[in-house]
Amino acid sequence: MRLVIKNGRVIDPTQNLDQVTDLYIARGRIAGIGDQAPEGFTADKEIDATGKWILPGLVDLQARLGEPGSHYAGSIATETKAAVAGGITSICCPPDTSPVNDSQAVTELLQRRARQAATAFVMPIGALTQDLKGERLSSIYSLKQAGCVALSQANSPVQNSLILKNALEYTVSHDMVVMLRCEDSLLKNNGVAHSGPVSTRLGLPEIPPSAETTALARDLILVEEAGIRAHFSQLSCARSVEMIADAKKRGLKVTCDVAIHQLHLSEMDVLGFNSLFHVSPPLRSMQDKTALLMGLKTGVIDAVVSDHTPLEKDDKLLPFGESIPGVSGLETLLPLLLKLVQEYDLDLMTAIRCVTQNPANILGVQTGSLETNRPADLSIIDPEGYWTLDPEAMVSEGKNTPFKGWEFIGKVEQTFFQGRPVYRNPNL
Amino acid sequence: MSARLSSPNIQLNELGKLHHFLTLEGLKQPHLVEILDTAESFINPKTKEIKKVPILRGKSIMNLFFEPSTRTRTTFEIAEKRLSADIESLDIQTSATKKGESLLDTLWNLQAMQVDMFVVRHAQSGAAQFISQHVAPHVHVLNAGDGQHAHPTQAMLDMFTIRKHKGDIFDLKVAIVGDVLHSRVVRSQIQALSILEAREIRVVGPKTLMPESPEALGVHVYHDMEEGIKGVDVIIMVRLQNERMTSALIPSEKEFFKLYGLTEERLALAKPDAIVMHPGPINRGVEIESAVADGPQSVILEQVTYGIAVRMAVMSIIMSNAAQLSQYKSEQATLDLEGHQDSNPSKEEK
Repeated sequence: MRLVIKNGRVIDPTQNLDQVTDLYIARGRIAGIGDQAPEGFTADKEIDATGKWILPGLVDLQARLGEPGSHYAGSIATETKAAVAGGITSICCPPDTSPVNDSQAVTELLQRRARQAATAFVMPIGALTQDLKGERLSSIYSLKQAGCVALSQANSPVQNSLILKNALEYTVSHDMVVMLRCEDSLLKNNGVAHSGPVSTRLGLPEIPPSAETTALARDLILVEEAGIRAHFSQLSCARSVEMIADAKKRGLKVTCDVAIHQLHLSEMDVLGFNSLFHVSPPLRSMQDKTALLMGLKTGVIDAVVSDHTPLEKDDKLLPFGESIPGVSGLETLLPLLLKLVQEYDLDLMTAIRCVTQNPANILGVQTGSLETNRPADLSIIDPEGYWTLDPEAMVSEGKNTPFKGWEFIGKVEQTFFQGRPVYRNPNL
Repeated sequence: MSARLSSPNIQLNELGKLHHFLTLEGLKQPHLVEILDTAESFINPKTKEIKKVPILRGKSIMNLFFEPSTRTRTTFEIAEKRLSADIESLDIQTSATKKGESLLDTLWNLQAMQVDMFVVRHAQSGAAQFISQHVAPHVHVLNAGDGQHAHPTQAMLDMFTIRKHKGDIFDLKVAIVGDVLHSRVVRSQIQALSILEAREIRVVGPKTLMPESPEALGVHVYHDMEEGIKGVDVIIMVRLQNERMTSALIPSEKEFFKLYGLTEERLALAKPDAIVMHPGPINRGVEIESAVADGPQSVILEQVTYGIAVRMAVMSIIMSNAAQLSQYKSEQATLDLEGHQDSNPSKEEK
């Protein structure tokens, strides 16, 4: 099918493009952008996008899709639908599935299910170590052959420094990016909340910033020694942003991301013991939050992720410390990012770049761009669309959002994946 | 968004009276004074014995101990019996791996047995508040200790003891010595002392046993025992748990005693009429030397008796608040009905 989307404001960081124009789609790919149709192009269908924005489909570096296994809510079918409802069309699926994605079989299962769902591009991330235990290396070459785009330990960082050193050195010859979450489990010491005034008042076991920063310092040194391309996931501390900035200055091939909820929430939200605010890493101080936002504005932080963790109701119906950490975040990634543009002076192009061009470059994939011949993954946004988040109305099977009742301006109206419509806002 | 920054006080009813008793945070002086005065009324001024009263006859109280405890549980049971309530105590051992259903299912099952009040102890901070959010509106929850968060009845009995000896808490200097980080009792004591406007609250101990931001509690921190207890009216010693040595927070009991043990010499630095408190059971020679624990300034054993009266006070206040609220509601309903009979057109339009 040939499609033309007319008169939309097309925003594409890869081309530094932000202008009102027409966008042409043919055979599932972008056929061109401009007031003149490409040669020989005749549209089967025309969409008028006057007053609307056209964005590349977002690339999310971390979203759990509920499969395989039963410890998360939802399935690839339901969660990819949630993704496209949020304008996300490329999703990295971390290896903390059940069984763990440390084998070709699990990677292929994920891909097969994703192909059946045919709603979004699912990119499996392989486990760096077997069963994520941090003890023996996974079959990294096999995982790459099966189609894993990167390796990670999800939320179970390798504690043993020698094993991490070996894992990084082994991986370097396979040219795969390693995604590292930094957390020293001994310093975390079963903590559940940032160590600060709120944990002091509530008597919640504390996680000091040093649980992240000491691990980050170790990992940076091992990454530098191994000479590997590394990506640091879900930073939460001001000091971590400085450390990444220094590492980049030194010329290390490192990138990093932050989970979107860290840019809107802080330890103050934990007052009241609401388990929906139980996340890992924990919500930190206002200063940390400000530093993360500055890191995003200055380009030290490359990407923003949903860290989507769809949970069953029961997983949060527990006292704070016993509840499972995590946010169902696919449907709020873009809205919360636009809120930063509207209320915190974040440049729109930078905001979009952090969820399109940058994450796509980190993975080395073709998506997240509206350049000619790229897959026609995109969404049409009503920039004036006002809405209020009702968890029960979320597409995801996980209704665990701390943003209930938040008001947003900017609504996804339609999403296209490889040129096919995969989402249409029911209120249109 | 500012609404998100403050925790709503869910333990008060529509009339601003106690409906649950979860924490002292957010309560006002009259709430605390009412508890202290009511506790006083349960003690026979001549014999110092605690009266048995029929205030909670026909009411059913269930003690739910998700974490083992003998002393607190016993004092609660005695308090409940003195109030003539029907009581049941359950030890429920839980593991963190269990699904949420089991905690709430347990609760709802028990609630179906016509319970009026749950007395809850749980190893997780915030557990009592969590439970209070999931019980039926007529069921009351009383926190008997949640994680490292709060133990409000223990703190109130300490306030009662202080008031007995010092008259008024206002204008007192109080030093709390020991493991502040892990202590729910200390958090509640500090809140009680601030609400009752103690002049100065000090916490004394090594940095490893202090929370990250003690200033958020409104206290002065001392790492030096002599400095910390100089000139105070009240010294509260906190029990030191054995786990603190195995997790390398302090080297040994012996060294802790050298640095922070309350000896007669050190006690002399406080005001001459200072009192010494300890929630018990005492580790003699670890927090406190026997001469002080058994000495004239020690009020440690009194605390146990007062604990019964204070718990009786809290339970009777909660139940009488509930009665008051339902009476208020039925009066309001009558007023509304009369209003409608007036057939005031402007009212009906609303």
